[in-house]
This record gives sequence, C-alpha cells and structure tokens, in this order.
Amino acid sequence: MRLIPLSLVAMLAASTAMAQESADPIKLTLHDWTGQLITTQLMGEVLKKAGYNVEYVQADYLAQFAGLETGDLHVAMEIWETTGREAMDAATATGNVEVLGPTGMQAKEEWWYPSYMKEKCPGLPNWEALKEPACAEAFSTAETAPKGRYLGGPVTWGGFDEERIEALDLPFEVIHAGTDAALFAELESAYQRQAPILLWIYAPHWAPAKFEGEWVEFPAYTPECYTDPAWGGNPDLAYDCGKPFGEIWKVGWSGLKDKWPGAHKAVGAFTIDNAEMGAMITEVDLNGKTVEAVVADWMAANEPRWSAWIAK
Amino acid sequence: MTARARSRLIWAAALMLAAVVWLWGEALVPFAFDYPKGWRIPAARWIGGFVTWLVKEAAIGPVAFSDLTRLVAALIDKPYQLALGLLADGWQVAESGATRQILPPLAWLAVVGVVALIGLWAGGAGLAALMAAAFTFVAVFGQWHSAMVTLASILVAVPLGVLGGLGLGILSWRHPWFERALRPVLDLMQTMPVFAYLVPILILFGFGPTAAVVATLIYAMPPMTRVTSLSLQRLPGETHDLARMVGCTPRQTLWRVLIPSAREPLMVGVNQVIMLSLNMVIIASMIGAGGLGFDVLNALRRLDFGAGLEAGFAIVALAIALDRLSQAVARRGYRAPLPGGPVARHPYLVSALALIAGAALIGLAVPAVQTYPEAARLSTSAFWAAAVEWINVTFFDTLEAVKNTILLWLLVPVKRFLVEMPWAVAVALLGFLGWRLGGWRLAALVAGLTFLIAATGQWEKAMITVYLCGISTLIALAIGLPVGIAVAGRERAWAVTRTVIDTLQTLPSFVYLMPVVMLFRVGDFTAMIAVVAYAVVAVIRYTVLGLQGVDPRLVEAGRAMGCTPWQLLTRIRLRLALPEILLGVNQTIMFALSMLVITALVGTRDLGQDVYIALTKANPGNGLVAGLAIAFIAIIADRLLAAAARAQRQRLGLEEA
Repeated sequence: MRLIPLSLVAMLAASTAMAQESADPIKLTLHDWTGQLITTQLMGEVLKKAGYNVEYVQADYLAQFAGLETGDLHVAMEIWETTGREAMDAATATGNVEVLGPTGMQAKEEWWYPSYMKEKCPGLPNWEALKEPACAEAFSTAETAPKGRYLGGPVTWGGFDEERIEALDLPFEVIHAGTDAALFAELESAYQRQAPILLWIYAPHWAPAKFEGEWVEFPAYTPECYTDPAWGGNPDLAYDCGKPFGEIWKVGWSGLKDKWPGAHKAVGAFTIDNAEMGAMITEVDLNGKTVEAVVADWMAANEPRWSAWIAK
Repeated sequence: MTARARSRLIWAAALMLAAVVWLWGEALVPFAFDYPKGWRIPAARWIGGFVTWLVKEAAIGPVAFSDLTRLVAALIDKPYQLALGLLADGWQVAESGATRQILPPLAWLAVVGVVALIGLWAGGAGLAALMAAAFTFVAVFGQWHSAMVTLASILVAVPLGVLGGLGLGILSWRHPWFERALRPVLDLMQTMPVFAYLVPILILFGFGPTAAVVATLIYAMPPMTRVTSLSLQRLPGETHDLARMVGCTPRQTLWRVLIPSAREPLMVGVNQVIMLSLNMVIIASMIGAGGLGFDVLNALRRLDFGAGLEAGFAIVALAIALDRLSQAVARRGYRAPLPGGPVARHPYLVSALALIAGAALIGLAVPAVQTYPEAARLSTSAFWAAAVEWINVTFFDTLEAVKNTILLWLLVPVKRFLVEMPWAVAVALLGFLGWRLGGWRLAALVAGLTFLIAATGQWEKAMITVYLCGISTLIALAIGLPVGIAVAGRERAWAVTRTVIDTLQTLPSFVYLMPVVMLFRVGDFTAMIAVVAYAVVAVIRYTVLGLQGVDPRLVEAGRAMGCTPWQLLTRIRLRLALPEILLGVNQTIMFALSMLVITALVGTRDLGQDVYIALTKANPGNGLVAGLAIAFIAIIADRLLAAAARAQRQRLGLEEA
C-alpha cells in the first residue's frame, strides 16, 4: 500500500540529488526458485539503500515479459541464457525491453547422474560410456527397455535432447518432466532408494549441493555445433555436442533509464558469482534460513561492494 | 423387426464399414489417415493475428481497446487494494527507501472474531465455531498473511462474479436470442484452459492481481450465469401472477419478487463461484496475485511437501468456511428488524466494530494479538518428508509392478488404438452417433467440430487427450459409482465422504502430485492418478444426488413385488437415478479435461502441453487453437451425453418425446 503524494513529498525532502527521479515504486519480479528470490531481494535492498521505493511482484518466469513490455513490471533479475533466450529476444525486439547486462553468474545445464551410478556404468562421466548397451540397460525402465531412460527438463525449456540423442546415436529415450518440481521429485525418490537415474540438472541450484553426482561430459558446445551439421563427430547432423553454458541476464523495461536513471545504473552494475550464490541457496533451501535473513547477512558483509553500485 | 434390433443392425453395419476403411483403406484414401499438411486451416496464424490487432490496434472511436481494459483494471484494483490493506498489509508510507507503517492491517484475532460473528449471525453457534476454527487453523500453520492476500482477491472476485453472472443470466432469461448466443461462449469460458488466454489478458489488464481477478472471473462466472437463467425459467407462473396482482413494475417484479423467490438455486451458483475462484489461486499466483498459491508452488519447488500441504489445506479451510457460510446465508431468510436505537438494532455490526477497535488497541501493547506469534506456529514438514521417504523406500517396487501392469495392458494399447485410428473414420463414427442420438443437427455439430480438430493439425495430441481423459473418466466411474451407491443411503458415511470430496476439489492437485511423481515417476500414469482424484468427486456427488432423489414409493413398490436388494438397486434405483448419473458422467469429463493444464506440468504430451508451450513462448495463436480443441472435445462429449440422457428419460417416460 502506497500513498503516492505523501511519499513524493517525503522523497523530495529526503534527497534533492534524486529529485528528478520518480518516487513511484520500481517493480522487481519474483519467480519460484530460491536463487532468483535471493538475487532479486539483494537488488531490491540495494535500491532501497539508494532511496528508491521498491515493490516485489510475483510473476511467472516467461509470462512476465508481457508485463515488462507494457511497463507494468520494471526489472527481472534472472533470465537464463539456457532457458529464456527466445522469450528475451522476442521481448527486446519490440523495443520496449532492454537487456541490462549479465549478472555475473553462469548458468550450467547438462545431463547429470548420482555418483553411485558409476559402479553400474564405469565409463562415466565420458558420454561414450552411455553408448554401451549394458550401461543403457542400467538406466532403463519397463517403458523404455532396452533403451535407457533420460529424464529431460520441461519441454518449455527447450534443450534439443531428442536431437542430441539422434546425433550422438545414444540408446536412450527422452521423457520430459513437465516442471522442474517433478524433475527433482524423481531425483529425490531415486536417490533415497539408490536407484538408477539420469536426468537434466541446472546450476546454480540446491540439487548439486544436496545430492552427490556428476555431469556427463559431452563434446564441448560451440555455436557451429548447433547450426552446422558438418561440425563434430556426426557429419550429417547438428547437435552432436553438449549444451551451451551461458550468462544469466538482467532485463528491464526500456523506460527504466528515463524514469529512474540512478536505479538503471545500479541494476546494470550488479554482479555476483556462482559460488556466492550457491552458498546462499544452500543456506536457504538446506539449512532452513529465510531469504530475508540471508540477504541481510550478505548486505552487512559486502557493504563496500554494493555502495559502489549506487555511488553517484 | 423391433426398433431395438434395427438400431443394432444399423450400428453393426456402421462399425463394419469403419473397420473395413481402417484396415484396407490406407492405399485408397491416404488423406483419411494423415490429414494432409497442405489442407490445414492456418487457424493459429489467424487467431494470433487477431489477438495482436486487438491488443495493439483495436479502438472504439478515439479510445484504444487496451485503454478501455486498463480502465477496467484500475476500477477493479481500487476495492482490491482496500481489501488487501484491511486484511494483509495495512497502509504504509514510503520514505526514500524505508517504509513506515501508518496503519496496521486488522489484527488476526479481530478477523477470527469477526468471521465467527458472521457465522453466528448466519447460522448459529455451530457455524461460528467452524469459522473460527478454519481461520485459527490458517494462523497456527503460519499461513496467515498469504491466506489474507488470497482472501482479499476472493473477496473482490466473488461479488463481481456473482453480479456479472446474475446480469448475464437475467439477460439470457429475458431474451432467448441472447441465451443462444451466450451458450457456446459459456462453454468456451468453462473448458478453455486458462493458460490459453493468459498472455492477452496480461497485456490488456496489466500484470498483477487485477489480471488474476479477471482470469478468475472468466473461469468462475459461467455456472452463476447458467444457474440464474435456469432458476428464473423454472419459477412457477403463480409467482409472476402474484407480482402482477400487487401492481409491480417490471423492475420491481424482477428484483422484489422473482430473484428472492429463486434464492436457493441462486445460492448454488454463488457456492460454485466461491469454489472455482479458490481453484484458480495457483494459476493466479503465477501472474502476480501472490498468496497461498505462490506458497504452494514455492514449497513444491523445494520439494517441501509438508509446507505445500499446509498451504494447500489453508486453501481448503478457506473454501469450506466460505462455502458453509454462503449456504447458511441462503437458508437464513429474512427476519424482522430488531426494535430500539441504532446500537440495539445492529448488535452484530456493533460488536464486530468494537472487536476490531479493541483488538487494534490491545495489539499495540501485546503484539501477539496483532500478528500471530512466530513461536506458536506448528509445522509438519519434517513428518511428511519422512513419511514420503518411508513409503518410497519400502513400497516402490510393489508400486512399480502395479504401475507397469496397468501401463502395459491398459494404457499403452488404448493409446495406440486411438492414435492410429484414421481421423476420417472418427469423424464419421462420431457424426453417426450424433445422428442416432439427436438427429442431423447434432450430427453436423459433432462431425464438424471433430473435423476442425483434425483440420488444424492437432489430431494426434487430441487423441492422446481423449485417451488420457477417457481412461481416467472410466476409472473414476468405476471407483465413484460403487462409493456413491454405498454411501447414498447412509447419513453418517455421506457426511464423511462429502468432506473428503470437498477437500479433493479444493486442495490444489499440485500438492499431492509431487509425492505421486516420486512414487510413480513422470508420465501418463501419474497424470492419470491426478485426473482420477479430481474427477471422481463429480461421479460420487451426482450419483448420491440421483439415488437420494428416487421416489421412495417406487422402491417400496418394488419391495412389495418381492425384488431382491440387488434387483431393487439395478432395476429400480439406478434406472431412475440414471439422468443424474449421466449428468455426473458429463461433469466427470469436464473435470478431467480441466485437469489437462496440471497434467502438462508432469509431462504428458497432450493438448494441455501445447497450451503450456504456447504460453511460455508467448504465442497466443497456438495456445488459443489448442485451447479451442480442448473446448471442442468437451462440447462434443457434453452434447452427445445430453442427447443420450434425453433419450433415456424419454424411454423411462419421465419426459415427453
């Protein structure tokens, strides 16, 4: 609840330097994974320190672009190269949304297996081990046998796994989990029983911290691999390589830089790395701290860093 | 030859013909098997283009259509902000980054007290206790703030839905042409998955709680509209005569005589608006409504089943409290005003205001009165996590064996059969069925809609949808019918069953879906369990309704003739209850189809998945086309079943031919 006229007066009184900037709340979007909640609240707290009014709005990861284009929402802190590229490009093409630079975190996603599977399939993490019939059999279920079962990410998140399996000639079948909640429910179930599972996992996330396991090592990704069939081990097909790793981008409404120039600069300056984020996610998801407490700890410990982001 | 034998002969001939085409027709008529790509109707492009035009260019005179919708959004936002401030957030001023609370929200004890007072006013001490218990439950499990956010949006959506539905219902009762035009629209509103029209709504109404309220209204209003026009039509002629005799104007006739007389059926509509609005909280939370839906999603993302379950049961508690309250208000009727001054005339209002003021004052000194103390919260997370793990480790292999048997012997063969059936054969057979049941009009409708599904290139996904929903409906019937029969005559058992099915209907399926995924893996079987759990509610409810409505004299007569209990059931009670049971079957199918959006989230490859992909790719054309296909399937099933029910009633002599 905001009383805009009152807050405007307060703002004017508080800071003449920022008198030209709007006192309307800057709306930051919250999604449903912990890392994003932390990133967004870090940014929000920093902006509050700079004297801006901040409002957090809960929004769906992809549906939020509709709001960013119309200016109903202003800043989205985590758009992953690996999952959000298409929607982000479509939004920036309208001219109403701009990319505010990388967050400094690297999104990683790849096929992943728990460590105990190495006994059944000793050649891992090298991807060629998966070509062994015995290995595929170890990962199979009644529906897919004799082929192995690979639990892919939600269809909406893309990933070209069907193409990869065909190009690399792997005896596997892709089953798509509808949401990542379903995906990790299966992993938790299999892990409790030490049962075979091969699935798509991304980081930064709590799962690689909680469960012991490794990424499969495919031939390294290059842009040509996805576009040029001649590249790589299979001369006739593209996608004969691993998945791209990529930046996690900050994205904002194009009007941001005119309405709140200082905030625009601060969001652009925000950076954080995987290790820091991984530690904070673990604190929240596995040690049961609240997001607010973890964010407050970080703010207290890193004052020089965030002060530089909002320095005039 | 009797009519029956002739009918059988015609059917046998039709099926034979279909089988011949299917088995040997591929070489002759290949286009009947795979709908040729070149003939496809580019409906997705057209609809996508139309949506873009509507959102970006459409204008009424100088006013852009999107400005108009934004105005509506701003109007809805006002009462919502008021409710939100009162219940959840209070009022704050923002001062350069720091916010200062100038007015707190209502104290939690005051809210519990006020709802108990409303319960006392509407239904007596029992209801007051229920209301207080439901709201205290929410506080004890630490869901207070989220629950109040959800309640704020429900408090806005429900009156709007009721008034809107009432208005449309009155219009369609007054003007038959309006009703004819409205009926297909209502069908679409109810069966089209919300994800299909979410993106245009977000652009038109802005991102946030108001868009969520609009989406909720679209989904929750149709039952109110239907109930209104139906109950006004059903009012006996004497009511109209009475109004005319006492000299009412048409307006007075409607508002003073007709609507009050139809109050009871109208309250059924209100109840459905409440239930369906609470059904929407998960989806609403995805577009900025926050509240309990967000907590459920967030908990499941962390695989914290206990937290998800607690948030889910808070939704159930709200639903049951509001439902029982609305029923009590309907039964309460009009009472003479109390004598005395303004204070004595409104004892409930005065005590509620006193309670609010008192709690706010005490709350300044004792914070526990204002906000429920953190230390006294209960959490069951650890227990549920341990329970699921234990079941998983102990029973997984047994469950896996059961699942594989059902999958290999039932699900996979049916799926193959349906997916491989040539589309032209399906169109012809459905058209034929429509003709036998309801004449050429029904035949044209059914065959036409089926053809459109094929012509927009969605045949395979549509068949997977039919397979998943069809099998789930059959299983729901196989469970629900016996349960319904068993509890129909027993007061106590029915009361227990009713609580269970109310819970199944309002508990977000996401809450129990994730443990099911752990036990049965991602796939069709898990989706089937979710659909069955939701759809079985309808069968049980309508079976019981039908059996309880059977004229006891007919059962008595049967007994006097020396029928065994089995004969009484099969020859008399079930036969007479058949129309209601068929309505239950219809509703089961509708419920099953409405679960498609959820099943897409656990990885099925049906039309629900198409809708979901279209949403995430911000492609409203594809989403709406897939959504329309789902709505078509629902309409086909609805019309065929309605025709079958009519034919059955005629045969039993309950309705004129």
